[in-house]
Amino acid sequence: MPTLRINGKTVEVQAEPDTPLLWVLRGELRLNGTKFGCGIALCGACTVHLDGEPIRSCITPISAVGTRDITTIEGLKGNEADALKTAWIDLDVVQCGYCQSGQLMSACALLKKLSQPSDRDIDVAMSGNICRCGTYPRIRAAIHWAAQKKSG
Amino acid sequence: MKRRTILLGGAGAVGALVVGWSVLPPRQRLTTARPLAVRDAQAALNGWVKVGADNSVTVVMCKSEMGQGVHTGLAMVLAEELDADWAQVKIEPSPIDKIYNNIATAVDGLPFHPDSDGTIKAVAGWLTAKTMREIGVMVTGGSSSIKDLWLPMREAGASARAMLIGAAAAQWKLPASECRAEAGKVLHPSGKRATFGELAALAAGQSLPRKVELKDPARFKLVGQPVRRIEAASKLDGTARFGIDVLPDGLHYASVTMCPTLGGRVARFDGAGATGLPGVKKVLAFDGYNGGTGGVAVIADTPFRAMRAVKQVTIEWDHGAGSAVSSDDVYRQLAQTLDQENGFGYYSHGDVDAALKSAAKTISAEYRAPYLAHAVLEPMNCTVQFKDRQATVWASTQVPGVARSAVAKVLGIDTDKIDVQVQLLGGGFGRRLEADFIAQAAAIARDAGSVPVQTIWSREQDMTHDFYRPACVSRFKAGFDAAGKLLAWHNTSAGQAIVPKVLERSFGLPGAGPDKTTSEGAYDQPYEWPNARIGHAIVDLPVPVGFWRAVGHSHQAFFKESFVDEAAAAAGVDAVAFRAALLARHPRHLKVLRRAAELSGWGQPLATASEGTKRARGVALHQSFGSIVAQVAEVSLTPEKRIRVHRVICVIDCGLAVNPNLIRQQMESGIVFGLSAALDGDIVITKGQVQQSNFHDYPVLRIDECPLIETDIIASREHPEGVGEPGTPPIAPALANAVFALTGQRLRALPLKVV
Repeated sequence: MPTLRINGKTVEVQAEPDTPLLWVLRGELRLNGTKFGCGIALCGACTVHLDGEPIRSCITPISAVGTRDITTIEGLKGNEADALKTAWIDLDVVQCGYCQSGQLMSACALLKKLSQPSDRDIDVAMSGNICRCGTYPRIRAAIHWAAQKKSG
Repeated sequence: MKRRTILLGGAGAVGALVVGWSVLPPRQRLTTARPLAVRDAQAALNGWVKVGADNSVTVVMCKSEMGQGVHTGLAMVLAEELDADWAQVKIEPSPIDKIYNNIATAVDGLPFHPDSDGTIKAVAGWLTAKTMREIGVMVTGGSSSIKDLWLPMREAGASARAMLIGAAAAQWKLPASECRAEAGKVLHPSGKRATFGELAALAAGQSLPRKVELKDPARFKLVGQPVRRIEAASKLDGTARFGIDVLPDGLHYASVTMCPTLGGRVARFDGAGATGLPGVKKVLAFDGYNGGTGGVAVIADTPFRAMRAVKQVTIEWDHGAGSAVSSDDVYRQLAQTLDQENGFGYYSHGDVDAALKSAAKTISAEYRAPYLAHAVLEPMNCTVQFKDRQATVWASTQVPGVARSAVAKVLGIDTDKIDVQVQLLGGGFGRRLEADFIAQAAAIARDAGSVPVQTIWSREQDMTHDFYRPACVSRFKAGFDAAGKLLAWHNTSAGQAIVPKVLERSFGLPGAGPDKTTSEGAYDQPYEWPNARIGHAIVDLPVPVGFWRAVGHSHQAFFKESFVDEAAAAAGVDAVAFRAALLARHPRHLKVLRRAAELSGWGQPLATASEGTKRARGVALHQSFGSIVAQVAEVSLTPEKRIRVHRVICVIDCGLAVNPNLIRQQMESGIVFGLSAALDGDIVITKGQVQQSNFHDYPVLRIDECPLIETDIIASREHPEGVGEPGTPPIAPALANAVFALTGQRLRALPLKVV
């Protein structure tokens, strides 16, 4: 039975090895904060961290994950995550909210890599995450806001 | 309010029905037919609010939250009149009841010009159907929630406040008139005080006040403030529950493949390739329900097992009549219709034919817009459990009552045996005004035994089985005198009608006659044409069309505001000045236009971008859903000639601004949604099959192309109007007009492509 390491816990799952991580999280482990949007890595709603790197869980079979560390929105913690969540609230980013788990996962990975990202850095890191409600201007502002607060 | 009164006065018998609703005593929209369910130590003070012994104030919410912020906005309105402590306010979905039916969309659906004060008898039949449809329906749509519930929510809050004060007065044996409420407490000048929680049970025993006093808006503390969204935190830690997230015990999953031809069905299928796969419980065929398409479903114990297995089913399709239609033929057919007829006249003023004949100069143009998909990010899904002849439905829907009727029909049970639990919506934009996917999920669950089944569409199924924004072709003619002054405006468009089809598929009613939504945005605008005729011809085609954010306004604004720009250029007048000259008797519109011009630096030279590319501005002004919006877009072209939008100035007059922050969000949202459509949105149909399937061939705007957006809200004490949709219509013409200013190319087709 495949074993995964999710949010710091080791779990055994029933799913076949070709099952995308997304559907193990949602279908079997009931971690429904990670969302299904497109199924082919075009929208970013399913973004999780694999050893701290953002990946699209909808196209990542569990066989490719092994026992490396997976972090989902439910387990997203730390200085960057806290700063981002505060900024997301302060700047009223969310609307329908369906994409926001993925947005936060991508933004957090960006801030961990670059503490003061430029607009161009944000474009590169965040353009894989679609938001149909159009929260982009606030996402950009909130990432800058979080970066500033963290350093301040 | 004046406009509404006039409209209803002119609407004859149907109008009287609506007036009857609107002048019923407040109590008629105050209490539900069945008492609200309450938890321990909680008291329902009317159909809109419960107060708990723990001081919680639970607003009973009949509108669906799909990102527009309606839960926050409406709760603010009730909490304002209740004098509740905002920190103690919670939201809970309402049951289905008549008091929650949407009246404002019925009134807004009347096909009158906002300035009109006469009776239009020609549409009486249409009006009856439309009004009947809307009265009796719980619907979140048409940018109507705040205007629909502005008074009911205030009255409910004020009524509950009076009951709490009454309870305190009775307990203290003091006159109620000496007590007042403040931040979740009732106070008396003697120093006596009690929390709402302490008074709740006693208050519930008070009789409903016969008359309630509403606050003078000058005394509002909460309404008008940029209050933060009430559910925001739950959307940042994975705990928010959308339809796709419900987890009832024993949940199974279904994945579907529908006929690629819209409206088609399964002729026969062989499920042998799927039945033996791990976790597969059942393979079955289903019909198209509520305007949907037939297909095959696989039920399995996990979502991926269902998805994997459904690909292994061999299906032979019956493509049906839909296979005759292709986009190219549609455009040709719409143009041919315009060769032959002027359509139903929605607006007429003066003598346009004579004016055009006498004109020293005329211009004409043809515009067109394609079909569009909604592409909400949460794909269509619905969970249904059918057990012991009763059903529970968990759905992200804008129409819980329609959903319930659809499920009742499929399962052959009465609606009172069905519990619809509305979840958060991962986007709506009009797609979730349809019940096709809900009825389908019921049909699948019916064949699954008594376990709950969640039917989830893939993105590909979602994109290819939508109810699309109708394609439309529009022709204009304008005439000028020798001095260049506008004399005549003639406009006819052709396309499919949505409302008759919705009446058929959602209500089983015959739909016929003019449909205001086809021409809205063309005829119902403030411009003071000296002579004008504006019409629309309905062309019936077998493509399922539905309400897409801003509906008719979404394309009619592009046509109208682009041709206004053409007329300004033909007259040799600045685009803002040309519009202003047509708005002499419309001071609110004029103010919005002038403010947008001022904030954008209209008329001042634009700095060349650092990379040396030139920029230009374009303007558009449009009224929809009661609100007036002007936008100025600044654009440049990339070396590949793609339009790059740098900055959008947006000014809105939506009457009283209940929550300026949510209004700004909705302007940003509407603009980004409109930009996706203006730059890329194009659903192409070939032999009845949609050619786009996912975000690679139906791209939507991403952060790297998102402009700066600056929104200004005009201060107003007028009745609050819509904000969910009015931000969308002006952006496409603002862009097209900016491209004209930049390149001299007039783009008359959406999406906008510079050649």
